[in-house]
Order: sequence, then structure tokens, then C-alpha cells
Amino acid sequence: MSGVDRSRLPEVGPDPAFTFPEIVRHTLPNGLQVRTVEHTSIPLITIVLQVEGGSGADTADKEGLAAIVADMVDEGTGALSAIDVSDAMARIGGDYDVDVSPDVTVFSLTTLTRFAARGASLLSDMTTRPSMRETDFVRVRQLRLDRLKQLKDLPPAVAERAFLRLMYAQHPYGHVPIGSDDALRRISLDDASALHAASFRPSRATLVITGALPHQELLAVANGAFGEWTNDGRVSHPEVQRASAIEPSEVAPPRLAIVAREGAAQSELRIGHLSARRNTPDYPPLLVMNALLGGQFVSRINLKLREEKAYTYGARTGFDWRRGLSPFVLQASVHTASTANAIADAIGEIEGLRGSRPPTAEELVLAKTSLTRGYPRNFETAQQVARSIAQLALYDLPDTYFAEFVPKVNAVGEDDVTRVAERYLAPEKMTTLIVGDHSAIADSLSTLGLGTPSVLPPEL
Amino acid sequence: MMTSIDLPFTKRTLGNGLDVIVHEDHHVPIVAVNIWYHVGSKNERPGRTGFAHLFEHLMFEGSEHHNKGFFPPLQQAGASLNGSTNTDRTNYWEVVPTSAVDRALWMESDRMGYLLPAVTRERFETQRDVVLNERRQNYENRPYGMAIMAITSALYPPDHPYSWMTIGSAEDIRAMQLEDVQAFFRTYYHPANASLVLAGDIETPRAFDLAEQYFGDLQPGTRPLPVVATASLAREQRLVLQDRVELPRIYIAWLSPAMFAPDDAELDLVADLLANGKTSRLYKTLVYDRRIALDVSAHQHSRELGSFFLLAATAAPGHSLADIYAEIDTELDRLSATGPSDSEMERALAQAEAQFMYRLQTVGGFGGKSDQLNAYNVLLGDPGFFAADLDRYRLATHASVRSAAARYLRREARVVLSVIPRDQPALALTASDKVSVS
Repeated sequence: MSGVDRSRLPEVGPDPAFTFPEIVRHTLPNGLQVRTVEHTSIPLITIVLQVEGGSGADTADKEGLAAIVADMVDEGTGALSAIDVSDAMARIGGDYDVDVSPDVTVFSLTTLTRFAARGASLLSDMTTRPSMRETDFVRVRQLRLDRLKQLKDLPPAVAERAFLRLMYAQHPYGHVPIGSDDALRRISLDDASALHAASFRPSRATLVITGALPHQELLAVANGAFGEWTNDGRVSHPEVQRASAIEPSEVAPPRLAIVAREGAAQSELRIGHLSARRNTPDYPPLLVMNALLGGQFVSRINLKLREEKAYTYGARTGFDWRRGLSPFVLQASVHTASTANAIADAIGEIEGLRGSRPPTAEELVLAKTSLTRGYPRNFETAQQVARSIAQLALYDLPDTYFAEFVPKVNAVGEDDVTRVAERYLAPEKMTTLIVGDHSAIADSLSTLGLGTPSVLPPEL
Repeated sequence: MMTSIDLPFTKRTLGNGLDVIVHEDHHVPIVAVNIWYHVGSKNERPGRTGFAHLFEHLMFEGSEHHNKGFFPPLQQAGASLNGSTNTDRTNYWEVVPTSAVDRALWMESDRMGYLLPAVTRERFETQRDVVLNERRQNYENRPYGMAIMAITSALYPPDHPYSWMTIGSAEDIRAMQLEDVQAFFRTYYHPANASLVLAGDIETPRAFDLAEQYFGDLQPGTRPLPVVATASLAREQRLVLQDRVELPRIYIAWLSPAMFAPDDAELDLVADLLANGKTSRLYKTLVYDRRIALDVSAHQHSRELGSFFLLAATAAPGHSLADIYAEIDTELDRLSATGPSDSEMERALAQAEAQFMYRLQTVGGFGGKSDQLNAYNVLLGDPGFFAADLDRYRLATHASVRSAAARYLRREARVVLSVIPRDQPALALTASDKVSVS
């Protein structure tokens, strides 16, 4: 049966049937929302605790506080020191992770199913009853201050920090979770304890448990570990700031900004503006638009900047989603000598999509099928499933969301893509940020028509 | 309680020498296609460094019967895909919906059999520039990015292929010629030097039928001779590298046993007990108790011809590399003299068992089940080594870990590199020779 027709590619068959995970919702007596999913492929369990209030809960003078609180969670609980917590985690082979994002803080623990109760109980002790000792706080804060110093050497980190500030100015979304040197020095252990007390409450959290156990057993694990969580030690809690409820400033950021890095081999670029909210009904057409513009390898922008012009190892676009207004941003690291050309070509591709070069039928099919046909592979591991479900809670999406995703993307037409490109992308308003060798590129930048660059300090 | 952990498979070798390995997992309707070519930067020669990796880029630019980009037909089919090159091998993978297995195999077999007619001067030169950008982005423009280059060129003699980095030197990359591509392809890219894994939602008989159908009539080649190279260190060599960094960092590197050789697993465990997590010895001393370092890491870099063990720690502001260096030596002496505690061994075993279980979660991608089956097959000739691999850790003892540390992590045979801010030469360890890498 050897031999194959090489005159044409094999067709792709009909999409295989896939049943999305069944999510069962529970509410514990203390008000904690629990979602369980049976995921039986391997004897592992993932527990995700998502707490309202990420870096967007930081007030302007205490940027970095939410991340410090998240850090203090594995610094000891009850009789356990920070070292003991780390040891207990290692003895169950636990894979522990914490992610401070703009709207929520997400704690995740994966372990062997036979350690489910032990793991859940450890995670509960850590998150709900952290010791918050002064010596640990001082060490954790110092490590973060030192880390900030190191980040100054890292062009993508410098760019991310400066770009968020340009997009949001003093809005609570306008800083990276680690905060700034000044703010970190202002933060005290009392601040951390107060934010923890106000933020970490059953009514403000969602627990997702995914693993190789029946729903009722998963629920029992949740109940055993988190059922006693009350946090009623204080009568009233200060209101935790909700970034998504605050409108960003109307003041337009500069069109062109640069953080000087003399002698840099490449220019780190960010190009974008505030665009849409994650829960917009236009989410499916925005995904399709992004896929064909810069969201995957074969997108227009990567093909132009990498495969045609060889300016970069890779360029991509995407939405930095949050509950509130979120940035659309292009990112690339380009050869210093090609900086201005790369910027012009990137903006040209965005303009083209909105004007002279609307999506072709072929591009649209490619973008849509890449999203739909690949969708089931996002549900392979317990951790993927648990994190996806936490996202549903974050953006208040229905449990039917996964099953509806493919039909909704399939329904996107060329006119939808054109419409959302028109509505959510405005190349004439985009801010271009460069972290790179200012003196080497200054002359060429003047050809872009973006005006005189604002020169920003690296620690903006 | 020990959990039984295994990675079952079936293996056959086609008439042209291509190894085919199949693993079934029907939980999600996807199939991982994974191909290893047993070629990496270890097969390069001085003056042509970086070639294996540049060649990997060309594999995505089209082949005779699909004479355009490799990505579009696969992304349209819902695939995720990538490839990578290291010192020892080059791998390529797709994860496709079950409905697109034929397409992925057609594409992979076309570039295995019919790449050269599609390699044009223009594509070659574009990818050469893309690789130069990759090098700038990931090494030149990244803090401490050039440290490993300085270390490997000190660990190995100049004609040893591990003395250069897989990315290659910029000068060599610029000097590469289209003509070099043909010989490289004929020598290394053929069924007898490759191994194909299909893992996921596919029945074993059908997987073998498809492998035969798409790859069976590709021309066999001659399996290249193994690379032979040796290295040894006879003293402590101290080096200093100035970089665009805020804080100095010390690296200490030793030559160590090859991947899967005796003591390789023990040195993995040594790395963990020295620097993995807050409970590890060096983290606890340097970062937690004394606070003279911001971070510390240790890793046994396991490779085919011989490995190296690397420790690194970044000085906290106001603290010296000399202080960190002395503390590391104290801890290494202690470990070599008395070995790990029972409690440390128990913890290490629990972690190893969990790690092996985690490795069974995904069928495809870097490190997924298909990639592991190929690693065992290409490097050991035995795709069934998964359980034996875990046993290497289960069978490690207090005594074997102690003796591995004592035998390999010696003061008198190592490379010590200080990476320091450009304007502060005094921050390096004393008696360090200045190196420059580019």
C-alpha cells in the first residue's frame, strides 16, 4: 500500500466529535462558589482558587501590593514556616503556581489524586490563613525590589511597563503587578494584611477542582479544605478597588515614545491602543480578525515582518484581555537598523486590513478553522480545564461557553471582520513604543510621520 | 505507596530504516506527529556553527510538492506545530485534530523526502537573517544571554562540538552558503536517521499503515557515524564577562556524565536538593537565611556526548560574588562528605514520581509523550525506557547521591564565571581572566 498522491494535499476530514467537560456548580455554606469537573485521563487533580482583586486592586500609591500579598501566601501558615510550606508542597510532588493578573489573583495546585485532600488542605491553609510575619514580609519585599532592578535590563519587561503606563496613565490597570520601587518601599506588612483580610473572602472567590474523581468526591475535597473558611474576624472590610469599574482617561497618549537603550542590538516594539472589553459580544469576530492580522504564524504581520522582510524573529498581535477596556497590541523585537521600516510596515498592515486589503475568503477560512479545529486540544490536561473554567468565572461567561465557541466562530463572516477592524482598530491613534538605541534610529523615525518621540525614563 | 506509571507503545521499522512508534490515547480527538532527526549542532564543524538550526528554519519554507510555507495548510487544519534544534537532535512536531493526520504526514514526509527542490537562494538568505534576529533577541539583547557561550567554550576544547552554542556564531551564520544545504540534507535528513511517533487518538494498525503509505517509499540513506569527542578539565578556570546587567551573577560549571549514564540521575537529584525550592540547601542559605543572593539555580544539562552541571546565583545588591562562592563551596563540601539526609531523599523521590506522572499529561508538543518516546528511541534505541528512567531515580540512594556529588562537583576541575556590570570590574572574583564573546 506504499505510494501517495503528491499532486495535492489530503483533505481534512469532518471535525471529530468532542464532548466538552461537564461543569457542576456548588455553593458551600460559607458562600464559596465551587465548580467541579471530572477529568479522568491520569490520576492527577488540579485545584484553582481565583480571588477577586489582582493588580487592579492596587491603589496609586501602593502599586505592587496585590502581588506582595500573593507572595506572602506561601510564606507560612499556622505552625508552618515558609520553609515548611515549601517542604510540604514538595512531599506531595505539588506543582504550585500563583498568577497576579489585572482583575484577579489565581492560585493553582496540581498533585497526584491520592494527595487530593492533603493538597487542598495545604492550599486552603496558605491562602486563607497566611502567617504574614514581619521578617518574611521584609525579605519578600526586598526580593521584589531587587527583581525590579534586574528587570531594567530586560527589554520586553521595560516595554511592558512603559506601554501599560502609556495606555492607562494613572488608571489602576496602568502598572505591572510588581509595581515600582517607590511604591514597594511605601508598602507595609499592615497594608498586606489589610488587603488580604478585605480581599480573601469566600464571597469573593471561586474554587475550581478538576481531577480523576467523581463530582461528589471533588466537592468533598473542596468542603473538607475550604468549608470552614469564614474570615469573620473583622466586622467590616474596606472596599477593594475594582479597576474595571473605573473608566480610563480620555487623554490621548503620545503617538511615539522611546525608552533609550544605547547600543541595543534590537528594538523592542509595542504598537497599539485601548480597544475592547473581554465580554464584548464582538469577541468571536475580534479573535478571527486578530488571527489573520497578527495572531498566528501565518498572519499578515508575521509573514510581512519575518518571512518577507526578515526584520525580526517573530511579530504578533493580540488583546491583553481584562474586564475593563483592554489594549490591542502588536509586539516584536526587530533589528535596530530596520526599526522604522518595521514600524511602517506593521502599521501599514493594520491600515490595509481596514482599507485597501480587506480579508480574502481564503484568509478568513484559514483564520476560522485554525481557531475551531484546534479548539479541543485546549482541554487535554486537568490544569488546562481548571484554568479555562476559572476564566468563565472571571468574565462571567456561561457554562455552555465552550460548546458555543466553535459555532460562534464559524458564524463570523467577512463583513464582521471588516466591521470590527473598523470599530476596534484605529491605526491613526495607535501609540508606538520603542525600547532601543535612540541615537542610532532617531533620524529614521522622523520619516514615520508620528511626530517627535516622547523620551521616557526606564522606570516609568 | 508506589504508583505504576508507564508509557505503552508499539514500534516497527520500515524497510527504508525509519523507526515508527505508536502510542494510543483517546481522551481528546487529537494526534501528535513527532519526528526526530538525529542531528544537532554536535554534527557541525568549526566555521560552520549554527548550521543545523538554520537548516531547521528551511524545513518550514516548503518542499517540492508543496512549494510554499509549511504553516498554512496545517494551521488551517487546526494544528499547532513547531520545531527545535539542540546539540544532539532536531525535532519537528504537529498536534492535529484526528481528522487531519493524513495531511500532517503528507507534509512531514514531503519535506523528509523532497526538500531540496524548494530551497531557493532567496528563502535561504531570508532565513539566515531571521536567525540573526533570533540570535540578537535571545542572546545578544538579553541580560546574561552570552554567559553560556563563555562557559561552554571554556568547558570544551575548540574542536569539541559542545564548545559552541546551537545558535552558532554570528560570523559563521553570515558566511553560510546555499550549497552547504544540499550536503547537509543528504547526510542527515533521511529515514534511517529519523524516528516518527504518532501518539493520540489513532488505532495502532491504522497508524502503521499511514506511516508506510507516506514514508515507505522515501529513499533510504546511510546512518551517519556517531560523533566522538572528549573533554576534561584539570583545574579551576576563573573568567569574567562584562555585560549590560545591574547585578553580578556567578556561574560554576563542571563536566558530568552523559545523559542516561551512571550518576546522571544522581546529579539531577543533587541539583534539586541544592537549588529547587525554598527547602533546597543553597536557596535556604543564600537567599532565605543570609540574603546575599537573589536567586540560585542548579541544573544537570544532560547531553548525549557528555553533560555539564551548572550552578548560578545572582548577588543581592551590596553583596559580593566571593561571599556566595565561599558559601556554595561550604555546602558542596558538606554534601560530598555526608550526603543527603533521609528526609531529603524521601522528598526527592516524591517529586520525581510526580514529575513523571505530569509528563504523561499531553500527547504532543515539546516534552509531550510523543517527544519522550522519540527521545528514548533516538538516544537509547529503546522507546520503552520510560519506566526504567523513573527507576533511575527510585533506585538512587543516599550513598550514590553523595558519591556523585563528591566525584563530579570538584573544586579543582571547573569553570567559574563572573558576569558583572560593565563599569564595575572589581565585582568579579579575583584572578579571573577577561573573556569576550559575540
